[in-house]
Amino acid sequence: MVFVLSVVCFTGLTMSLATLLVIAARVLVNYGTCQLDINAGEEPLEVQGGQTLLAALYANEIFIPSACGGKGSCGHCKITVTAGGGPVLPTELSYLTRGEIRSHVRLACQVKIRENIFVKIPSDLLNVRMFDATIESATPLTHDIKGIRMRLDTPAEIVQRPGQYVQVQAPSPDGPVFRAYSISSPAYDRNAVELVVRLVPGGLGSTYLHTIRPGDRVNFTGPYGEFHLNEDPAVEIVCVGGGCGMAPMRNIIYTLYDRWPERTCWLFFGCRTKQDVFYLEQFQDLAQTHPHLHVIYALSEQDGENWSGETGFIHLSVDKYLESGVARQAFLCGPPPMIDAVTQVLTAKGLRPEDIFYDKF
Amino acid sequence: MNDTSTWVILFAAIFTNNILLANFLGMCSFIACSNRIGTSLGLGTAVTFVMVTTTIINYAVYHYVLIPWGLEHLTFIVFIAVIAAFVQFVEMFVERFSLKLYFALGIFLPLITVNCAILGASLFMVIRRYTFFQTVGFGLGAGLGWTVAILLMAGLRQKMRYSHVPEPFQGVPIAMIVTGVLAMVFMGFAGMVSIT
Repeated sequence: MVFVLSVVCFTGLTMSLATLLVIAARVLVNYGTCQLDINAGEEPLEVQGGQTLLAALYANEIFIPSACGGKGSCGHCKITVTAGGGPVLPTELSYLTRGEIRSHVRLACQVKIRENIFVKIPSDLLNVRMFDATIESATPLTHDIKGIRMRLDTPAEIVQRPGQYVQVQAPSPDGPVFRAYSISSPAYDRNAVELVVRLVPGGLGSTYLHTIRPGDRVNFTGPYGEFHLNEDPAVEIVCVGGGCGMAPMRNIIYTLYDRWPERTCWLFFGCRTKQDVFYLEQFQDLAQTHPHLHVIYALSEQDGENWSGETGFIHLSVDKYLESGVARQAFLCGPPPMIDAVTQVLTAKGLRPEDIFYDKF
Repeated sequence: MNDTSTWVILFAAIFTNNILLANFLGMCSFIACSNRIGTSLGLGTAVTFVMVTTTIINYAVYHYVLIPWGLEHLTFIVFIAVIAAFVQFVEMFVERFSLKLYFALGIFLPLITVNCAILGASLFMVIRRYTFFQTVGFGLGAGLGWTVAILLMAGLRQKMRYSHVPEPFQGVPIAMIVTGVLAMVFMGFAGMVSIT
């Protein structure tokens, strides 16, 4: 009897509370339809008021970067709101610099649409699409890294630059979240996107991508990223990666040799042990046809036998191989201490800070 | 029945039995939102308001629904549901009728839904068998006590920005240590008044 009463009482209470909230939402916070104007366009979008700016943009297929699913904890969804966004909220302050606040930058996930709103979005982001794709292959590259190839269904083609990334939608207990992965397939491979994913224990995105199988469907948005490869063939390209920070390098190198077969490029890649090494043979094959590609792998935890490459941390190899005073552009991808050490070495070799790009994770 | 005077309960809840520094409840938002005094004051005000109102509602629910029907075992889950729903309602209400207040306080309300100090206050009310007025006094005192604690912390953290904290202690670790020191300071109030 007490069980029945408990269930009846609790259900009754939650139902009445829920009903009260639904009625309150209808009566109290109903903003009707508002206009969303992007880049002072001629035809503003009609959106339902009351939702967040991020949700309204996503509903209209404008995919600005966001990793946390709109909880205000990643700070990626920055856009300029010129009018109608209300005051900056304390929840945004920790992600915005003073300069950004002065130039009306907001976190789109925290801005609620209550009136007609005017925003500015960089044109690069307006080209971002949501892709439906099918997993073509998921190949283990090392014990915890997989190479994942996704064939695009709709749209069937992607226009990307090397160094750009996509955001893969992964399920989570609180609804879908987005996780960013650099594109490892070359830019001329327009019908597919490849990723290099290391399994992070407990990580939502990597666990998801490590459990899906060929034939499964995935959704992702992209491409994002500001990196532009230097177009001058005399400028050497230096790629330095560590751990699983390989994806953007692979894209850069293959795209580079497709366009400029004679261009000089250095690939430095640091691993712990021999079992963490991957893609080495592929790059060595490529170096056979393109003698100006220099591939240098280094192991930081020396296990000596059968290893003809370098040993020690990767910035030592960079220091050893590169001579000073050559025009270069560098792309770095790996853990923060590695990036810092390599940046120091490259600066000492005469690279300007604006020619060093990096992806810290 | 508890025969402590309401005023004693009010002051004890602020100083000797501070819900944060003596019971260590509501730590997550305390650590996360104590970087600026302004933010802390907003959050503290919101906590105080929600604490007073939810203890009153939960008092009514407990004494007029749960006890007569012999459902005391549902106390926890019912209190949680009531707090969550009430906080949502207040958020909408404030948003509708005072946008200014909403921007100052409203955005903290979702944080408070899962603040264990709020639930703790309602549970202390049950355990300590408070009457209605004692409940109001305790809710108000606990909320003010929490506000005092987070304001002290925010003041200290604003000063700390200019001090040389050793690198391994920067951020949350030093905040935890400072909280511990503050808690010890508050132990100095023990013996003035006490509530059980």
